[in-house]
Amino acid sequence: MPHEHLSTIVVVGHGMVGQRFLEALAERGAAGRTRVVVLCEEPRPAYDRVRLTSYFTGTTPDELGLVPADFMRRNAIELHIGDPAESIDRAARTVTARSGRTFPYDTLVLATGSFPFVPPVPGKDLPGCFVYRTIEDLLAVEAYAKTATTGTVVGGGLLGLEAAGALSGLGLDTHIVEFAPRLMPAQVDEGGGAALLRTIENMGLTVHTGVGTREITADDDGHVRGMTLSDSSHLSTDLVIFSAGVRPRDQLARDCGLAVGERGGIVVDAQCRTSDPAVFAIGECALAADGRVYGLVAPGYDMAETVADTIVDTGERAFTGADLSTKLKLLGVDVASFGDAHGTAEGCLDVVYSDSRSGVYKKLVVSRDGVLLGGVLVGDADAYGMLRPLTGHVPPVAPEQLVLPAGLGGPALLGPESLPDDAVICSCHNVTKGAISACSSLPEAKQRTKAGTGCGSCVKTIGTLLPRSGDGGLCGCFARTRQELYEIALALRISSFTELLDGHGRPAARGGEGCEICKPAVASILAGLGNGHILDGEQAALQDTNDHFLANLQRNGSYSVVPRIPGGEITPDKLIVIGEVARDFGLYTKITGGQRIDLFGARVEQLPAIWARLVESGFESGHAYGKSLRTVKSCVGQTWCRYGVQDSARMAIDLELRYRGLRSPHKLKSAVSGCARECAEARSKDFGVIATAGGWNLYVGGNGGASPRHADLLVQDLTDDELVRLIDRFLMFYIRTADRLERTSVWLERIEGGLAHVRDVVVDDSLGICAELEALMAAHVAGYRDEWAETLDDPERLARFVSFVNAPGAPDPSIRFVPERGQIKPELPLLTLGATR
Amino acid sequence: MTTVQLRLEQGWFTVCATARLAPGRGVAALLPDGRQAAVFTDRRGRTYAIDNRDPFTGAYVLSRGLLGSTPEGRPYVASPLLKHRFDLETGVCLDDETQTVQTYLTGRSSWF
Ligand SMILES: Cc1cc2nc3c(=O)[nH]c(=O)nc-3n(C[C@H](O)[C@H](O)[C@H](O)COP(=O)(O)OP(=O)(O)OC[C@H]3O[C@@H](n4cnc5c(N)ncnc54)[C@H](O)[C@@H]3O)c2cc1C
Ligand code: SF4
Ligand code: FES
Repeated sequence: MPHEHLSTIVVVGHGMVGQRFLEALAERGAAGRTRVVVLCEEPRPAYDRVRLTSYFTGTTPDELGLVPADFMRRNAIELHIGDPAESIDRAARTVTARSGRTFPYDTLVLATGSFPFVPPVPGKDLPGCFVYRTIEDLLAVEAYAKTATTGTVVGGGLLGLEAAGALSGLGLDTHIVEFAPRLMPAQVDEGGGAALLRTIENMGLTVHTGVGTREITADDDGHVRGMTLSDSSHLSTDLVIFSAGVRPRDQLARDCGLAVGERGGIVVDAQCRTSDPAVFAIGECALAADGRVYGLVAPGYDMAETVADTIVDTGERAFTGADLSTKLKLLGVDVASFGDAHGTAEGCLDVVYSDSRSGVYKKLVVSRDGVLLGGVLVGDADAYGMLRPLTGHVPPVAPEQLVLPAGLGGPALLGPESLPDDAVICSCHNVTKGAISACSSLPEAKQRTKAGTGCGSCVKTIGTLLPRSGDGGLCGCFARTRQELYEIALALRISSFTELLDGHGRPAARGGEGCEICKPAVASILAGLGNGHILDGEQAALQDTNDHFLANLQRNGSYSVVPRIPGGEITPDKLIVIGEVARDFGLYTKITGGQRIDLFGARVEQLPAIWARLVESGFESGHAYGKSLRTVKSCVGQTWCRYGVQDSARMAIDLELRYRGLRSPHKLKSAVSGCARECAEARSKDFGVIATAGGWNLYVGGNGGASPRHADLLVQDLTDDELVRLIDRFLMFYIRTADRLERTSVWLERIEGGLAHVRDVVVDDSLGICAELEALMAAHVAGYRDEWAETLDDPERLARFVSFVNAPGAPDPSIRFVPERGQIKPELPLLTLGATR
Repeated sequence: MTTVQLRLEQGWFTVCATARLAPGRGVAALLPDGRQAAVFTDRRGRTYAIDNRDPFTGAYVLSRGLLGSTPEGRPYVASPLLKHRFDLETGVCLDDETQTVQTYLTGRSSWF
């Protein structure tokens, strides 16, 4: 072979870090100059182990793949799949693989990862016992789970909880056995563990902490049937997953005499060189220069880059340690820990916020001089993206403000402007704010810096760092803001998207298609200006799918249906109709937080029939699908309640009927309470009304959800008419001036002058536009028609409600359901594997 | 009246009358082997077809996404679920190049 003049690099292990190393070589142009041979033990090339569990929610093994299509060929890398290295001869500088082939090397890189540790308990090898590390492991668990009803995960750490979530998702009654006194002992402290435990138990999982596994017991045919715990109690289970930690795969290195640590791991220096200068070790198999074995992917990537630098560029790069931050969403609970989470630094202080009712626990560790050292977040990890980069710096506000929820004096999350340029935003790829800010779009940032392509937890923060399409424009098609476009459409009486795009879009975008950002935004502007039915003509093509089908798209491609129930008041007869419709169409039925009933699981072609029944019984669209008024929630008020001072239910109904169907920059929610006890939670709404002895108080700009904000009092003691007039003006002013997808709470904080300015405009008419605002609202009220009733009367509109254009009656076979708690739930698309090819 | 057709291994497959396609939107078609295609037409009347399955969620929903074009004029559809964009000519995901969906050749023919 004509290879003599080339130096040869052999890589053992094609996992996440091995692949990253190959990419690092390619990026440094090493491919043409060196021969690169990769020995891969698994039956497939490298894949995203971090996202392994997403296999159970429909991600196919191919989609988990990390290797771009022709990467190996383009870089002339020899990849030997399913052929692991079996021995290394360091004197001869060769590696021998299982196939018997021997590969000479000049440089050897070991990237063999870890193996799951299985405690030496009797019965650990019975059929029904598994580990959770590779795609093959998951395929085996999935197949076995079909015959199982109960599953148990041994180990309540990060991976154990992930595995438990997967078992529970497979429909098994799931237990977690953890030896330590709390879940995730390595990441969270006692308080965090308690919050986590409560939340996980509420989800129907059973947790046993402070006990070990003594023995796995079998049934007569030798399959797992249960386990005996260290307290001698017995747990019956059909399937066991061991997730009791991992151990570095250092056997190859041991066998050829390389130095390994006392507790495992191939000893390396800051350049990741082993005790033999021709051999490097990277990733989970390495015992790094700081004496630790890292079980996370980011430090492994860092090591890969270090070795590539060292052997190609003889660079200065070194790996001396890494941050152990993690954020994960387990079973729908947010958990994050970062920096010195356990507060081990001398003299450091804890700042703790804990709400056991909602399962939220947040702790920050700060040094005496105010530097943020680390923290633990359970139940609400939204702030993680901001807090992690602040670690090592003095935060711009008091630490207690960083843990309090926004409504309780905490800041509306700290803006990324407050971060220093060298703050690390993406810890998977070690990318700083400075590097991200230099990019102009998310795809560009991902491509140039790799930020956001690991665990993905930083993507939200990255978005806020990027220039908004460079110049404050709405999107790549329009250099103007939503407010400017509203004014243009209003002044020039523009009624179509193409007219607006071709006349007022960016030069390059004129004549184009527009994009998924401006189309719905412009549709909402045009609808707000009273331009007919949203399913008509060109407007139909602008709506996102929810508006297009007048229903809410759910994760499996089915839709949910929400009839309007003004004020939450409903007659028994109408309630029965909803029940009958749900029963007849087999829909999953749930009461919403907004005092309505949501019916899930309808296929597109069922929507007209469902609505025919509802409309016939006097229901109309609830607009749950639109950026428009959702509900006006109410309490029963004076009529029934002994504390009530006004008829809050009647007012709620009046307001809901007045503003139903109103299109706005984002959804609008409202509520009316009959006295100051506030049972309807009006102050968490975009506009909330609270009865007083003298009339009504109007509050605006409230929000619940992820970033709660209490509404501010706009005006007190209003009469019915005054109240309605003020809300008319307030809503129209908001619709006119807000950005796309900007809730009133954010709008109120953003616009210059804030609440005082809004009060000037809508109460004192400082801009002289109140008459116009009122006229626009009057036009909306007069022009309101029920979208569903109109759709049912129009054969042309009805024609689009089919799953398949060429088979109008056929249901979509990919939408399937399985029973759960007496109703249906979507069947996860496990069976669609490979169906695309 | 003209129809929209897709090129399958076995030959051209008729999906629907051209008039059923609204510019800027898609429809789903059931193919003879049970696969699903998402078929679109743009402002200029060009037609495109890609696999209907969104690889990020596993749901068959790409036909219900919104059409757009990049500043360079490349047509794409944005998935209605998590908004990943797919180039209609190559099937490559514009937000994550490792993901690609299958594309189909499209054509029109007169119906007699
Ligand atoms: C379910 C799960 C969830 C995770 N979640 C996270 C997370 O949220 N965040 C995070 O940072 N990390 C997470 N991790 C850990 C992360 O996956 C690892 O840190 C990362 O994969 C380490 O990469 P590696 O290349 O060192 O090892 P691996 O990815 O394990 O790759 C090593 C490869 O080497 C192969 N190999 C071993 N011996 C040989 C041999 N003799 N010859 C040839 N090939 C060999 C193995 O088969 C394997 O394919 C998770 C892991 C799992 C299992
Ligand atoms: S808000 Fe007041 S009136 Fe309404 S239910 Fe509560 S206590 Fe009664
Ligand atoms: S932090 Fe994981 S991808 Fe950025």
